[in-house]
Amino acid sequence: MELYSKFERFWHWTQAVLVILLGVTGFEIHSSFQLFGFELAVRLHSAAAWAFLILIVVAIFWLFVTGQYKNFVPTSENLKAQINYYLSGIFKNAAHPTHKTKLSKLNPLQRIVYLALIILVFPVQLISGFLYMYYHYPKIHLASLEYVALIHVIGAFLLVIFLIVHLYLITTGAKVWTNLWAMITGYEELETEKKK
Amino acid sequence: MKSIKSFLVSLIVVVLLPGVIVYTIFVYYGSREQQHVPVHAELRADHISSVDHSQFEVLQQEFKTPQDVTAACISCHNGRDEEIMATAHWKWERDVTLPGDRGEATIGKKNLLNNFCTGAIGNNGSCMRCHIGYGWKDKSFDFSDPKNVDCLVCHDLTQTYKKKKGEAGFPSTAENATADFPVPDYNLVAQSVGLPDKNNCGICHFYGGGGNNVKHGDLEEALLDCSFDVDVHMSSDSLNMACIDCHRTEQHNITGKLYSVSAMNKNRVLCEQCHTDKPHMDQILDQHYSKVACQTCHIPTYAKVNATKLYWDWSSAGKLDEEGEPFLESDGYGNHNYLSIKGNFIWDDHVTPEYYWFNGTADHILIDDTISEIPVKINTLMGSYKDSTSRIWPVKVHRGKQIYDTEYKNLITMKLWAAETGEGAFWKDFNLYTAASLGMDYIDKPFSGKYDFVKTEAYWPLNHMVSPKDQALTCTECHSREGRLANLNDFYLPGRDHMPVVEQGAIWLIILSIVGVVGHGLLRVIASIKRK
Repeated sequence: MELYSKFERFWHWTQAVLVILLGVTGFEIHSSFQLFGFELAVRLHSAAAWAFLILIVVAIFWLFVTGQYKNFVPTSENLKAQINYYLSGIFKNAAHPTHKTKLSKLNPLQRIVYLALIILVFPVQLISGFLYMYYHYPKIHLASLEYVALIHVIGAFLLVIFLIVHLYLITTGAKVWTNLWAMITGYEELETEKKK
Repeated sequence: MKSIKSFLVSLIVVVLLPGVIVYTIFVYYGSREQQHVPVHAELRADHISSVDHSQFEVLQQEFKTPQDVTAACISCHNGRDEEIMATAHWKWERDVTLPGDRGEATIGKKNLLNNFCTGAIGNNGSCMRCHIGYGWKDKSFDFSDPKNVDCLVCHDLTQTYKKKKGEAGFPSTAENATADFPVPDYNLVAQSVGLPDKNNCGICHFYGGGGNNVKHGDLEEALLDCSFDVDVHMSSDSLNMACIDCHRTEQHNITGKLYSVSAMNKNRVLCEQCHTDKPHMDQILDQHYSKVACQTCHIPTYAKVNATKLYWDWSSAGKLDEEGEPFLESDGYGNHNYLSIKGNFIWDDHVTPEYYWFNGTADHILIDDTISEIPVKINTLMGSYKDSTSRIWPVKVHRGKQIYDTEYKNLITMKLWAAETGEGAFWKDFNLYTAASLGMDYIDKPFSGKYDFVKTEAYWPLNHMVSPKDQALTCTECHSREGRLANLNDFYLPGRDHMPVVEQGAIWLIILSIVGVVGHGLLRVIASIKRK
């Protein structure tokens, strides 16, 4: 069945390239390495930030209109089972403890992590980022950029760690490519369908 | 059929739409068009003189003294004498309020100390050659007599009018004329007057401190005829602008002054008077305006042709050769690095400025101030990151080692110049004690007789030698770990600053997560092999 709608897939992949672009340009601005050149990095980072802001606002709107936000409501049900699955079940070829449905496509761990991204990391990055961009406007009284920058950099590092773990975890579907393929085509053969 | 449709939909939502967004970011926001706000300025070169001075009878008389010329000028240009006599060019001082709680003061070249020749006062015969008057040879000079005003030094366009060395502002007379300094042809000069050109201003402002480019570093004779690379405004390859094109003048009040002799944020010349405060047609660059002076990026180096003096050590002055005569030594580039009359120097060209916060006000060490910190700051540019009126400014710092009174803890001004030996001037008699004693005596200040040398610093903000825009500083000159602003660390600068603790912690977490996922993956592979 179609697990991920057209919008979800558009959202996911646009967000993916924007986050990577923001990360690469951001760390160049942070003098971690040189790639685009500082000036281009700054311009790309600022433009990508606006695109990202618009995308997130539209996505949150979509989540509520479609009721898909329910996917991100944390639950303790199956939480322990899910942790146990990653710690041991996965090595024994055990079944996934959480069964995906159209309205519950995330496992309990994903719910917590993705919700944290949407309501914590992204807003913190956006707010600190736009303060960073506009702190010198007279009406915004910031004594120093230091703490804004510090928060923004910590958020960026958290996203790097998320990306590493996320890229690995997509290989833990039914087959190595199942999850990736589902996010591209939208379709995944679910457990419930197999039984039929 | 369904699968083709599904493939196309996936192609659009997964590849095409995100791709278009990122492509748009790169194409429309990634580049900057090289544009600037157009500038309209009325230039000296466009001025058309409304009269022909050669036809005035009063300028055809036989002038016996230069004061006679002044009297002739004033006979038509009445009231102009009062204008010029109200300015710092005449008074060599201004009434100012010093920053902080230092109160009111009257300061200027007339009474300030410096770390070049220590001070003009008391050396009038030589130093006051650059006064726009005739005969300020000592305290008896009459500042209220309009005939003492030298109109010609600023308004002569023949370039033949010269004030003679050692004559306190007078040109040569029939008695003391030399080949280099003949008696001026007053009729020719007086009939050839006009708006001051670069060389009128430059004759004093290029050569202050006893030679070309000694003091400013960004003001020197090369600007009379320089390439576009040296100065975009004054280059003969471009607009060949005159000093007064920026230093707009009304009623003889020439705007602009340097903080080596001034203190207050007024009567300044600012780039934005022509270029506006949003000159780049680019938001990110224009935003820098609130914290960074235009000069900082657009004057990447100074002394771009001839060298400027960066260090002056008086403590070695006075050595004489085997015949008891003063001598000089030059460095490999032809600049003096030792003069018996002045001590040791360091010169350099193509100098990288130092950078300081500056809000347009400056403090000065006054003759009554005692030394409280070393190096002694001859002048202090006020400002800090927290002060919202401050901007980062490029500065020439002139460092010195000069004489001070170890008992009274104040800087000493010396009597350096005299026409003859035996008057106690250091440049003739080479006795530091006598020179210090006479110098302090002239300004009615006590001298304990005990002296030593102390390190001093003078701060000269840079404004000239503006480079072409393609030579302006690029981002990473400052936004990098070890950039030009490495020492200006009272604020967070993106690209320069980071918190090592946070950085290291984060890198360890990243390593840990990589090890975690690789380990987890390996275990899965091993488990799956075992199952088979």
